[in-house]
Amino acid sequence: MDDLSTVLPFLLGLAWLLPLASFTLIVLFGPRMGKHGVAASYLATGAIGFGFVLSLVALLAWVGAHGVSSADHDFNTSQAATSEAHDEHGDDHGPAQHGGHHAVKPPKAYTAEWYTLGQFGKLKITISYYIDALTVCMFAMVTLIATCIHFYAIGYMHDELHDVTDHEVTLSDGHHLHRPGRFHRFFQYMSLFCFSMLGLVIAGNIAMVFVFWELVGICSYFLIGFYIERKSASNAANKAFIVNRVGDFGMIIGLMALFASLGTFAFGDGKDDEGKPVHGIFSQVRNPDNNYALQAPDGMVRAAADNRVRAIVNDHFQEASEELEEANLAAPAEPVRTRPDFDEIHAASESEIAAEIANWREQGYGYWLLVIAGVGIFCGCVGKSAQFPLHVWLPDAMEGPTPVSALVHSATMVAAGVYLVGRFYPVFAPEVLLVIAYIGAITLLLAATIALTATDIKRVLAYSTVSQLGYMMLALGVGGWAAGMFHLITHAFFKSLLFLCSGSVIHACHTNEMPKMGGLLRKMPITAYTMLAGCLAIIGAGVPFLIGFSGYYSKDSIIAQALSFQQHNPTHGAVFFYAAAGGAAMTAFYMFRLWFMTFAGQPRDHHVYDHAHESPTIMYGPLVVLAVFAVVIGWPVLGVVDLVEQARPAGETGSGVLMASLVYPDEHASHAHGIHVQATLYAFSTALGGFLLATVFYGLRLLNPNDIRQQFGAIYHFLLNKWYFDELYDAVFVRPARGLAKLVSGFDRNGIDWLIDNLARWTRGLADIDDLIDRYLVDGLVNLTAGWTYSLGRSLRSVQTGKLRQYVMLIVIGTVALTILINFASAK
Amino acid sequence: MDLLSQSVGVSHFMVVGAIMFVSGVVCMATKRNALGVLMGIELVLNGANVNFVALSSEFLTKDPRGGIGLDGQLISLFVIVLAAAEAAVALAIVLNFYNNHSTIDVDRADELKG
Repeated sequence: MDDLSTVLPFLLGLAWLLPLASFTLIVLFGPRMGKHGVAASYLATGAIGFGFVLSLVALLAWVGAHGVSSADHDFNTSQAATSEAHDEHGDDHGPAQHGGHHAVKPPKAYTAEWYTLGQFGKLKITISYYIDALTVCMFAMVTLIATCIHFYAIGYMHDELHDVTDHEVTLSDGHHLHRPGRFHRFFQYMSLFCFSMLGLVIAGNIAMVFVFWELVGICSYFLIGFYIERKSASNAANKAFIVNRVGDFGMIIGLMALFASLGTFAFGDGKDDEGKPVHGIFSQVRNPDNNYALQAPDGMVRAAADNRVRAIVNDHFQEASEELEEANLAAPAEPVRTRPDFDEIHAASESEIAAEIANWREQGYGYWLLVIAGVGIFCGCVGKSAQFPLHVWLPDAMEGPTPVSALVHSATMVAAGVYLVGRFYPVFAPEVLLVIAYIGAITLLLAATIALTATDIKRVLAYSTVSQLGYMMLALGVGGWAAGMFHLITHAFFKSLLFLCSGSVIHACHTNEMPKMGGLLRKMPITAYTMLAGCLAIIGAGVPFLIGFSGYYSKDSIIAQALSFQQHNPTHGAVFFYAAAGGAAMTAFYMFRLWFMTFAGQPRDHHVYDHAHESPTIMYGPLVVLAVFAVVIGWPVLGVVDLVEQARPAGETGSGVLMASLVYPDEHASHAHGIHVQATLYAFSTALGGFLLATVFYGLRLLNPNDIRQQFGAIYHFLLNKWYFDELYDAVFVRPARGLAKLVSGFDRNGIDWLIDNLARWTRGLADIDDLIDRYLVDGLVNLTAGWTYSLGRSLRSVQTGKLRQYVMLIVIGTVALTILINFASAK
Repeated sequence: MDLLSQSVGVSHFMVVGAIMFVSGVVCMATKRNALGVLMGIELVLNGANVNFVALSSEFLTKDPRGGIGLDGQLISLFVIVLAAAEAAVALAIVLNFYNNHSTIDVDRADELKG
């Protein structure tokens, strides 16, 4: 088992780097890979497929070593082994356990650095890994879903193998855009996307997370804007990118707060070059000596009590200076020192500060910094996981090809945000969790209501994703760490399934509009039934207390946790519980509305219906695989939730410091019989209610939805226009920004350009004067000299007669004359 | 008139040298024939040679140390060698001049006049 600490990083690291290799090869040789680059897809699929095999091996190795369950029976052995690994390799996160602390134990994790990119003083940028049960599960989930999507995309992106005429792009000459296919480019970005997501999951420090966070962002930008010539696609890509930047701004603030006060980016504990232990973020925030309870770390307290620290240092300096002065006065003949001993002052003030820190923590110093760090990190997750108020990019991201939507919406981009909240869970203070829960609840309701009225099949699914992500955030926010992570995994399976099914439908119908579909069950039964499985999974269908689809288990645990939370915090808890329950009902309604409108009833548009056909094997194969997983992944017998549970952060959330009334119950409390039964019944009845309502409206057509629509026209239009969020943001942010830009450009044009123009004019005038001076003064002088020389030469010309005898005579006469002159001169 | 009454010394040789020099100069200035001019040059050079030899001879000077420091005879040998070389070059020029103008009248060689 101790070799797990070398095997796991190797397996997962290889699985992580394979897509990068595939990306690099496709970038370099993509267009030359087979006919029209068709081999690029085999390469990318092979890379991620092999990555899945490696991840599966890693998962099995983990299970083999640590077992599936998180129960205490294997606690002693595994703990002993991890301590051993800790000693031998120094890369094991898990401080030694003392006998009495059985209740609180740290998650088993392996962490170490692979490579140091650079060290600048305290700032150390490394490529490191942090592998715990959650990492292993995420790797298996991401690679499995990505593999399915890759296979599916080979079929779906078939059109890109030859030249494409894009009917949605009209050129200025009235023709449609005709361009070469971009098959290989699609798989190139898919590979990069997988690499980025896996890097994000395996990252062992928050700086590396941030790098891959941005890489995921840029990949989604590339893929959403795959049909870049379409205005809507390029707008959607820009929107996704810019909205994410807003969230990342908060994340950078969180990063700065963490790094400035803790001095490290690493999650887990490590060792520095000299072998001294370095505490990572987690163990600084939750100190093992403090029974893993959340407290503001020393660094944060110190950073927050900056003025106190300065006062202490000042006092010591003053004292030392006075002492020195006295000593000097006493023996003025030989001054002891000229300045006080700074090392001594430093040591004295450090020891006083260390003694004071606990005191300051009592007074609340540092806690705010912890809250800011948590909220900042969560801001990034809000952007990436499309939470209110930054949810607007996700539905627009539907402009990308459907496999991209499936990948973005299930395993990669949006999962990244929830994953990071889960990974950073130890750092979040109860107040931050409350914010997370509220954001999740708002998002959940908001998106669910919009999904009720959307008619674009992919948009319904997109809003459903936003809503489910809200569920996860809500679960995490009410203390249901395992529930949220579990729902992340189950949701990834059924949402990728649903998206791929919708892609199959779109592939067959060439339209996204559900009102044009209908009756497709007869034409494409496999798609219809796999999608039915996905719908049942997402609404959490099941036989209560017996068995159910995967969503049944994860959603139940969320509602149970919300109920458990409500028992301790009636006001907040009620909001969360009703949001969760209402969301469940709406989910059931809109999902079955989608299914009935698409597959059931009579065809509404015969033109579409006649062309529809079942997709090729390569497309429905992944559907079947994903459908199986969507059904079974939640079954307790597979132990996914227990496996995730192994990575549960140590320590309780406890109660708030700023809001003392806020109490977080232990998540295990939600498994209590009373709560669990209640939650299951609530979940089942709400889902059933939604399902029946959808059946009444769209399945059996007992009621006409149009009547309801007319009855509640205002609400209908409000929802149809997505709560006018785009319009609101347009009015509040986009227009002012553009107005400001216009103002600035006006200033540029009229102010700065005017200045520059005038400067240029003045310079030209000056140059003209220079020119005159040059021409008349300088040139005149030169010409005058030349003229003189010329005329001198002309006048001397006549001497040069060419008569040899004359020259001789001149020489003689000259010599004689010189001699006479010299004689006269010397005579004097 | 002192010279006539004295025994032969440096001054007498210098008078001979001066006469040769002036004769040479006059020859150069008056002759139109290029060969004549060359002869004048030889006279000038050898007038100078006479002076060198005379001044360096310890038998002619009254100065017991004698000479001008350099051995005058040696210098005059150099001058003779130089004169020979100069004559060779000058004769070559004359020959070419003759080829081009069918004459050796130096007054006709005025193509370089300003």
